[in-house]
Formats: sequence, structure tokens, C-alpha cells
Amino acid sequence: MSLRGAAFIAGAYEHPRRNIPDRTEAQIHAEVAVGALADAGLSFADVDAYYCAGDAPGFGPISMAEYLGLKCRTYDSTETGGSSYLVHVGHAAAAIAAGHASIALITLAGAPRNTMPSPGAAAAFNSAPESEFENLWGSSIVAQYALAAQRHMYEFGTTSAQLAEIKVAASIHAQHNPNAMLRDVVTVDDVLSSPMVADPLRRLDCCVVTDGGGALVVVSPEVAATLPRQCVKVLGQGEAAKNGNGGRVDLTHTGAVWSGPRAFEEAGVTVADIDYVSIYDSFTITVLITLEDLGFCAKGEGGRFVLDGRLVAPHGGLPFNTDGGGLCNNHPANRGGMTKVIEAVRQLRGEAHPAVQVPDCQIALAHGTGGSLATRMMSSTLILGVADA
Amino acid sequence: MNMNEQPVLPTRAPQKNHETAAFWDGCLSSQLLVPRCDACGELIWYPRRFCPFCGSTDVTDVALSGRGTVYSFTVIRKGFGPFRDAAPYVLAYIELEEGPRIQSNIVGVDPETVHIGQAVNVVFEPVLDPTNPGDPPVAAIYRFTPS
Repeated sequence: MSLRGAAFIAGAYEHPRRNIPDRTEAQIHAEVAVGALADAGLSFADVDAYYCAGDAPGFGPISMAEYLGLKCRTYDSTETGGSSYLVHVGHAAAAIAAGHASIALITLAGAPRNTMPSPGAAAAFNSAPESEFENLWGSSIVAQYALAAQRHMYEFGTTSAQLAEIKVAASIHAQHNPNAMLRDVVTVDDVLSSPMVADPLRRLDCCVVTDGGGALVVVSPEVAATLPRQCVKVLGQGEAAKNGNGGRVDLTHTGAVWSGPRAFEEAGVTVADIDYVSIYDSFTITVLITLEDLGFCAKGEGGRFVLDGRLVAPHGGLPFNTDGGGLCNNHPANRGGMTKVIEAVRQLRGEAHPAVQVPDCQIALAHGTGGSLATRMMSSTLILGVADA
Repeated sequence: MNMNEQPVLPTRAPQKNHETAAFWDGCLSSQLLVPRCDACGELIWYPRRFCPFCGSTDVTDVALSGRGTVYSFTVIRKGFGPFRDAAPYVLAYIELEEGPRIQSNIVGVDPETVHIGQAVNVVFEPVLDPTNPGDPPVAAIYRFTPS
């Protein structure tokens, strides 16, 4: 069974703040839920399915159902890191198709600028079966992306200047976003002169750390037909795990090599049909490898593909992350998947900033990468379209 | 390496469990003991009592050569926690000559000279009891150094 057209995104909301010292995590979840439901023209009483991931405080949906006063018939706390919220859209569409839900709420929130990592996150690092074979070496998140970047450079001749083009494009978009954490346009030289963090990745190859969050409301076609708001059709979703593979890790690709084809097949479209992409951008290298894996260019060609403003909206060949992405706008709770979906919804509604709105945007792709590029990850690809796509 | 020589990078005793005790005990006797699947013959990294290639629960530890090459690496310019003052240092994927690619540090080298394809050998570094540093090491961990 295909999920094509089984559900629509009726509400999308991104928290406007990037530094939130005066809210609890549950409170931010509630604020984004209010925002997304208002956007959809619905209320909490209408919600019959709730989705949250590892950022939700306490016992996830158990705690959040009480806090929010939810009385749903479907709960799902699928945790795949930063890609969780793309997975949730697919799972919500499946639940709707199965008749187990008609109005699904998905929330993400966190305040890493102001709170310590949750005890759950630390426990995961320490209790994972692989932990002692990776935690003794003074590793870091950026190092686990740098390893992939270094290998990509070795195999394909990718350069730091090519990676920098991705940050430059994001910054060109972010200047138009009044809520973006970083609104200054940067140049390739700016990126190359920023401090090295873990070779070959520099500070400006890294995403921002922000408080905040976002929420989505996914509804059945029947509900969508009753709403005044422009709804976005779910065309296809794929997910895949990619990991160390028993010691045969290949650093040159991500799980997108599997999640992408699954999503494209379900959606019945190809890369040539995609008008806009939201690509997970924890680091510049994440974007470059993902674009290759999704088939927008051949493996190893990513460095050349991103040159000449190809990613710059509105007139580049493949406009990406028009909100400024995680590199400049927002990476709330250290999880960039939610904002990837939200900006794709804006583009399909024609509600992106006019300076970056892609003309006649009919089909958009959002992609999330949860976990770590050099060890293990969960990738999810979501393809969305306008209502009659 | 003299097992009572203090390593340059921070060490701590690894947490052992039922699946990994044999591996870590192997390090203390300067052996890289990695499980091999009894059913399909694949070497399994990270060490576990299960074969992710065929689903078998029967594995047998084998000693590897400790020789390998650098598959990828990064020079970490800013360390955290115990590594706060250790930068710059090298985190690498080492491709062992028997196949598995494993993460560790490259030590005993100028970080700026490390490169992909570089030949390296395992070194077992002692973890000493800080209150009794003259005692025999309480554990050992594996790192790599240029051949």
C-alpha cells in the first residue's frame, strides 16, 4: 500500500525564539502545539494522535499527554534523533490510512542553550552497546562528521571551499528571516577563515545551537477538505538505518541511499520533479553527501554540484533550506528535522519569504539525518506536494 | 609499550560487561581479541556475542594482528571533558588488515602528518589506579601509532 495522498499537513509552526531561558521544555512543546493547531484551524480537543521523540521531557507521550490534556487513540514516540519528525509524518499518514487517527499532532522542543542535556541523552551515550568502543577517544559530534568529510575529500577531491558554498547559500537565505540566529551573509573566505574545530570542518561548517521547537498537524483527506487552510499533501516517506555494519562502515554515504528511493517510489516522482529541498544540515558535509545519496548528482560530484549558486533561492537549480536551515536559522533542541518539514510546507503554500519563495513550487523534498554521519544514523526522506500534486 | 608508562592522552578503565569482558581483558594482555562468527566466519566489530551478518549467537574470539591503515581521521582542535587540554589530537578510523574498521586515536605522531592510507600498529596503553600508580595497571585500552 502506498501512503501517497493518505494524509495532509494542515498546520505547521516554528517557535520564533532562539534563546529561551524562561520556559520549561514542556512549556515550549505546548507553545508550538498551540501554534500549529491554530495554523490548521483546529484545537487540542480535535487531536486523536500524538507524536513526540527523545526531546520530550519525562516519559515522552505519557508525560506530554497529561501536560497537554490529550485524549488520543494513537501515541507514537519513535525516536530516530533529528530525523524523528519526518518519520512521524510518515507514521501518522500510515495511522490515518489504517483508520487509527484523523488528526495527528507532532511536537519538538528543547532549550540546549539554557539547560543541561537531559539525563536520558547521557544515559543513551553510556548504555549503548557500542559506547565504550567510541567514548574513550575524546570524540565529539563534529568529529564524527569530520571523519566522513575527510574521507569524502580523499576519495572524490571535495574541497573545503566547496563545503563552504553550502554555508554561503544558507546565509544568503537567512538574511531574509527575522528570526534566524545568524542573519549575516557570509562568503567562502569567511567560512575558510573561521577556526578549525575538527579537520576539515570549521566553525562555520557547523549548525547553530538554539532553543525552540516546532510542531505539525497531519490530518486525513476528509479533515483537510473541511479546513480553510491550504493543506500540503504527503506523497511519500522512507526511512533507513545506516551504521557501522559490523565493522564495515563506509563513510561515503548515508542512509539516504535507501530512504530516498523508498520515498520517491511511494510518491511516484523523481529528482527531476523536485522544486525545493530541505536537506538536514547539521554540518555542511551532511548536505553534500545527502544530495549525492538522494540522486540529485552522482556520488562524488557533490562538491561541484553545489557551486555557482545552485542551492540559492529562488533561481538556483535546486533551492535549499530557504529559512537559513540549521546552519544559520535554527536547530532547535539539536534536532533539525522538524524545521526541515516546516520550511517545505511554507514553500508549497507559497508562504516562504518573497525573496526566497520558489516560483510555482509544486513538489518539495525534506530529508532528516538523525545520529551521526561516521557511526550510526537514522535517515528519513519525506516528499510533499501541493494539494492537487 | 611499558605497561606502567603513562599515556599522553587521557585514559580511563573501560566499563566491561558480559559481552565485552574478554575483549578488554585481552587488551590487558596485549591482544586484540575480536569475535568471529562460528556460522558464517565474519569478524564482528564492535565485540558482541551475536553475529549481525547471519544472526548466529555462536562466536569465538580470535586474536588479530593489530596492523592496519588509516581509513579516515580528524585532528580535534577543541577537546571536551577529560580531553579539554589534550588538543590537538587525532581521532581516526583504522582499517585493520583483517577487515574491520574501528575508531581510536593515533598517538606518538605529529597530528599534522597523519594521512589516509598511513600504516599503523596497535599499542595497548595502561590504565593505572590513580591512588596507587605504582601498582600493575587495572586495565588497558587500544590506540594506534604509525608503523
